[in-house]
Amino acid sequence: MEILQHLFDGFLIAFQPLNIGLVVLGVIVGLFIGAMPGLGSVNGVAILVPMTFLVPPTSAIIFLAAIYYGAMYGGAISSIMLGIPGASTAVATTFDGRPLALKGLADKALVAAAVASFFGGTLSVILFTGFAPPLAAVALSFGDQEIFALMLLAFATFVGLSGDDIPKTIFSIAIGLVLSTVGFDIISGEPRLVLFEISGFLSQINFLVLAIGIYGIGEMLWTIEVSRGNSMMSKAVITVDRMLANMKEVMGTWKIATTSSLLGYFVGILPAAGATPGSLMAYGVAKMTHKNGENFGKGEVAGVVAPEAANNAASTGSMLPMLTLGIPGSPTTAILLGAMVIWGITPGPTLFIDEPELVWGLTASLYVANFFALLANIFLIPVFLWVLRMPFTILAPVIFALSIIGGYAATQRLHDVWLMLVFGVVGYLLRKLDYPLAPAVLAIVLGPIAEQKLRQSLIISDGDLTTFVTRPISGTITVIAIFLILMPVFKMIRDRLRRGTDSAA
Amino acid sequence: MYVSRRMLLGCAVVAGLGAALSTVASTAAQAWEPKKPVEFVIMAGQGGGADKMARLLQTVIEKNGWASKPLTPINKPGGSGAEALIHLNGKASSDPDHTIMVTLNSFYTTPLRQPNLKVDIATFTPIARMAEDTFLLWVHKDSGIKNVDDFVAKAKAAGSDWIMAGTGKLQEDQLLTDFLNAAYDLEMKYVPYKGGGAVAKQLAGQHANSTVNNPSEQEGFYKSGDTVPLAAFTTERINIFPDAPTFKELGKDFVYLMQRSVVGAPGMSDEAASYYQALFQKVFESPEWQDYRNKRALQGAFMSGDELKAYWMTERENHRQMLEKMGAL
Repeated sequence: MEILQHLFDGFLIAFQPLNIGLVVLGVIVGLFIGAMPGLGSVNGVAILVPMTFLVPPTSAIIFLAAIYYGAMYGGAISSIMLGIPGASTAVATTFDGRPLALKGLADKALVAAAVASFFGGTLSVILFTGFAPPLAAVALSFGDQEIFALMLLAFATFVGLSGDDIPKTIFSIAIGLVLSTVGFDIISGEPRLVLFEISGFLSQINFLVLAIGIYGIGEMLWTIEVSRGNSMMSKAVITVDRMLANMKEVMGTWKIATTSSLLGYFVGILPAAGATPGSLMAYGVAKMTHKNGENFGKGEVAGVVAPEAANNAASTGSMLPMLTLGIPGSPTTAILLGAMVIWGITPGPTLFIDEPELVWGLTASLYVANFFALLANIFLIPVFLWVLRMPFTILAPVIFALSIIGGYAATQRLHDVWLMLVFGVVGYLLRKLDYPLAPAVLAIVLGPIAEQKLRQSLIISDGDLTTFVTRPISGTITVIAIFLILMPVFKMIRDRLRRGTDSAA
Repeated sequence: MYVSRRMLLGCAVVAGLGAALSTVASTAAQAWEPKKPVEFVIMAGQGGGADKMARLLQTVIEKNGWASKPLTPINKPGGSGAEALIHLNGKASSDPDHTIMVTLNSFYTTPLRQPNLKVDIATFTPIARMAEDTFLLWVHKDSGIKNVDDFVAKAKAAGSDWIMAGTGKLQEDQLLTDFLNAAYDLEMKYVPYKGGGAVAKQLAGQHANSTVNNPSEQEGFYKSGDTVPLAAFTTERINIFPDAPTFKELGKDFVYLMQRSVVGAPGMSDEAASYYQALFQKVFESPEWQDYRNKRALQGAFMSGDELKAYWMTERENHRQMLEKMGAL
């Protein structure tokens, strides 16, 4: 009950006029930053850090956290409306959000994104309130082997899906993995795959460049071909009845939302991962467990709910190691950490005792930020839909321009703009050939983490692969992952057996 | 007010006449201002010592409104800083006046190890040495190790199963590990990670047996009592860790410090260099930076211009010898 008392004190802080004003402002700013392709919470928080010196540290962190939060909601908007991921964390939202919009169901996707974000955000704040210190200990107990096993599981969810063409999925993952090795290798300190000796390839390919290329440019080309100049953008409308029906349908996905939130939260807690891998993994798991799994990627509400619940949960999750261990769980929290150091606050295991006002004020403000972001999103839906009613002849150049800006904004290198255009064209061709592209995006995000953790584990174990199965946590996860990878084989055998018995009968 | 400030600045400069002249020069060149946001490259990953420091420098500047254009921090941790060095080198021909970098000792080791990068740090523009950071040997409290003798005994018994986590390949942490291995006849296994934050976590989670983190990287875990500093690689004991002796006291004459400097792209114009030098001198003297230096027990006086370049050349030679001894060149 001590916790409830702390939380109550926190709400008193969060409801101070200055703080509540900052939450509202932060959420709105974050929403817009998140919705702009290429700009994500990292950029928003980094740009606004200096402004926080005008207010006390508690208000400052509340403001920055509200931006972080708002951006998580906002990222979904351009993913759904334009098919360009608004932020790295919203890449998985395009997988189903975009097809829904094309079917004229953008309102449904937007409601799903907002409600799922709220759900994921709130559930994770509750977990944060109740179990921050013990969860921090769990995060610490994850070593290299465990994180590698987790990455393996993420890949497995994408391979072991029924419905998709498995060789093509593996091919797509392979492309992503190869691209993810471009640049410098941390472990040997040597450059790798400097393609055509172009110096731009000396550093890693930013995965947002790949995602914007595939989903922005590639999608635009695809739509142009399919529509042949018709202004075929959806006639999405919104009425109160439709809104209620949407709500009802979204509520039906609460199971997916819960598992995704928990998964996202957990991945967010682990240092080195963050909200982007969290949302991709949640998408994979949802696709595998949902009864309409084979419809994922074609416009399934659950396919929007899963990544959106997960990325909000992960963003709260990634604050946990930052506050309790002083280790950022995501790039954005790294910046928050830097800001706290300057305010004279030392994040770490003793923070909860040293700075209760800051910790509980922040926690309470997250509840408020979630609630406000949900309201803002729902009420802005008519505005977003208006964008969709524009003819595609206007929308296509807008998407093109936003993609170019987004590709440049992510890294500020012209090299990446060219790369993005190439990815766009290649992505379009692969799509025509029916290759799933989401696995490539997954691979370029998770590949570098998986590779480093694999090699670090093997250095520690002297190259002994059994290190992954002899440790209890990594062993369990590895076995599940292997089972998932083999699932299509089991299915084939089962089908064959059944056919055998059928013909015998 | 203006005059006395200038005089104060002059007094604070350690190097005497040469530096005083450069202060005068910088006054004359105040006219130069950045024309766009300045890229503030960080030669290491997020959450490590270099990263935290860079973000502190950035915020001190922005908080006090000392720069007309913002500094935008970019992490380029790839290849032990090679990614960052190449990035700066590339700016020499395109836009040398709007890229500066926070650098560490990989500034020496990476170009030495990878001559194919075609990076010569003698061509880089010396802006400011803001501090020298210290290193300590750390273990987890549950290991029961209380001093270097315990450490040596346990590490010797474990042989190559003893894991030392560190940042990057063949840079600071590995040099120190190698020193310890040689000095105490150990066979510790070195595992490279992306940044000091990740390394600190490996020790706190007991996935590694020891580390050679900077104080700022272990501060949180030290405060909570999870990790213990055994000894420092400094000349004098570090005041915030009074119980940790120096290796010198223990009879090993080895001191190793890490520069925390700001460097400009090669080919930076003199006007721009003076601008950044004056800017970072202001930051150096700010109460925020001095406070940070005290809290983190940072050492090393302010250095700039030719003096800084001379320091780089000496340090590069020292590192060349260390790497040669390891057979890494």
